[in-house]
Amino acid sequence: MEALLFWIFSIIGVTCGGMVIWNRNPMGSAIYLVVTMLCLSGLYALLNGAFVAVLQVLIYAGAVMVLMLFVIMMLSMRPEGAPREGSMPVWIAAGVIGLIVVLRIGALFDFGRPPDAVDEFGTIQGVGALLFNTYVLPFELISVLLLIAVIGAVILSKRDAQ
Amino acid sequence: MFVDFIIVLVKAGLVIFALLNLAGLLTWAERKQSAVMQDRVGPNRANIGKLTLGGLLHPVADGIKMITKEDFIPEGANRTLHTLAPAAALFPALVVFAVIPFGDTLVLFGRAIQLQVAQLNVGIMYIFAVSSLAVYGTMLAGWASNNNYSLLGGLRASSQMISYELSIGLSILGIVLIYETAMLDEIVRQQGELLWGFIPKWGIILQPFAFILFLGAALAENKRVPFDMPEGESEIIGYFVEYSSMKFGMFFLAEFVEIIIVSGLVTTLFFGGWQVPYLHATGEVVGFVWPFGLGAWHLPQWLVALIQVGAFAIKVLIGCWILLVVRWTLPRFRYDQIMHLGWKVWFELALINLLITAVVVLLVT
Amino acid sequence: MISISYYLWVSAWLFVTGAIGVLLRRNALIMLMSLELMLNAVNLSFMAYARMLNDMGGHVFVFLNITVAAAEAAVGLAIILAIYRTKETVDVDHLSLMQH
Repeated sequence: MEALLFWIFSIIGVTCGGMVIWNRNPMGSAIYLVVTMLCLSGLYALLNGAFVAVLQVLIYAGAVMVLMLFVIMMLSMRPEGAPREGSMPVWIAAGVIGLIVVLRIGALFDFGRPPDAVDEFGTIQGVGALLFNTYVLPFELISVLLLIAVIGAVILSKRDAQ
Repeated sequence: MFVDFIIVLVKAGLVIFALLNLAGLLTWAERKQSAVMQDRVGPNRANIGKLTLGGLLHPVADGIKMITKEDFIPEGANRTLHTLAPAAALFPALVVFAVIPFGDTLVLFGRAIQLQVAQLNVGIMYIFAVSSLAVYGTMLAGWASNNNYSLLGGLRASSQMISYELSIGLSILGIVLIYETAMLDEIVRQQGELLWGFIPKWGIILQPFAFILFLGAALAENKRVPFDMPEGESEIIGYFVEYSSMKFGMFFLAEFVEIIIVSGLVTTLFFGGWQVPYLHATGEVVGFVWPFGLGAWHLPQWLVALIQVGAFAIKVLIGCWILLVVRWTLPRFRYDQIMHLGWKVWFELALINLLITAVVVLLVT
Repeated sequence: MISISYYLWVSAWLFVTGAIGVLLRRNALIMLMSLELMLNAVNLSFMAYARMLNDMGGHVFVFLNITVAAAEAAVGLAIILAIYRTKETVDVDHLSLMQH
């Protein structure tokens, strides 16, 4: 069962990942990216990371990609007839080099089946305990970073007052 | 293992069956309720051989009409996205009910079955995550219609939805703080405990302000009156103007399923879910245990489970009815008023509620 | 049943795909999306190792990584919007010289 779900999620995820960079239309790329993120959320759930799986859907698929779709719609980009950037030989060369890189990285992996997970693994309580005890400094810094990003985004996208 | 799978499938099938049928019934209920409130008769024409059944055949007539209408895709529109958008609107609405418990444990043939489709440790966050996917249906519908006014309507609707998602999340956090768990069946179980010996610890008693905030934010998220500017009906072009037949039917159905979802969530979090005060389905006494030591009534286990499921159904129906009544009572807000309310009023009130709850919880324990 | 190496292979594939996207595409929005793809691949890698070593620090780091990626996407999109207002294009080849 786990194997079946893993193969479904990974094959759909990798295919849609490829379509993100191959598609000529930014709108289509965005939709494929949303599907990729949902498949990745499924993979996190298979790895006993329930909290992170839900977080991925909530933040990435539910907010970040919505923001990107908003911007695409506002800019009204419709390059359906536009040619794809880069000629075909460049893409083929990139594909071959990319394949070689993946195979070299993959040769480093030699891990087997993971040990059985304890009950508390991946729960909200576990992540919360770590966030507020061991990793409290990054947690506070992240909130400052988010504040900066909010202020920056508002200032950058404001129209100049006449 | 295989039997567990079958049990989950049966539960999921029952839930979806009940949801879709209730959504169809709600379309009739809305029209009849509005008729009663406006002192007129309402729909009473659909009949089978002169048998009108008080207009109950109208949902059936609507369904047949929607299935048999011509389904067209506007010229120049993206065909895939135009077909995908209604499905993307209906899917999150149906899936949210997977974590809402509609009953306590049912002991059947020596097997304890939880009357909840999925017991997730991250139950409440799952609800937020899935309802944040509902924005895609609206946005893709606006974009894929190849119509400038639809696009603007879609952008309006989705910006309203994402603004109120924040307030929904913050208003529920007070509940999570008090019950110290994010699992919905744990929250419902804890609402059976008694405060000072005789008041059940329902969410409405412990967090009344959060109830009002959540109800308002959920109404705004689902684009129901008084926040239904995106649909606008007779005033402004909405995002589903280029949709016909069953695709429009799916948007329509998604809205009514979302009414049931909001009602189910309010029931689960604030009104005790399937809890009937002083009724226990497990434990040393199965039946009513009255407070102040007034004794106990014993009941068979299946009867208690049935009463609890019935209580849940009645509470959800009352919630749905209240949401329908609100629609025909309040006028609708303007779009800038909705956005002002979402970002400058609702968000702050939810934060204040969370702060006060945290201080009180810290002082009490 | 599924060894951790398989998850890491998927992560490597997605990372290289994102890298090719960033290098070969000229549309700034698609470059941002390929960047998000790379960040997601790294998150999958973290989750796989966290499961293998039974350490939830991986989950915490993925949480922080998702947050940083969200902040960066927001600011990046605001920059693209501001550029599009003046130059009417998001093709990075046309934006690479600081001309008015």
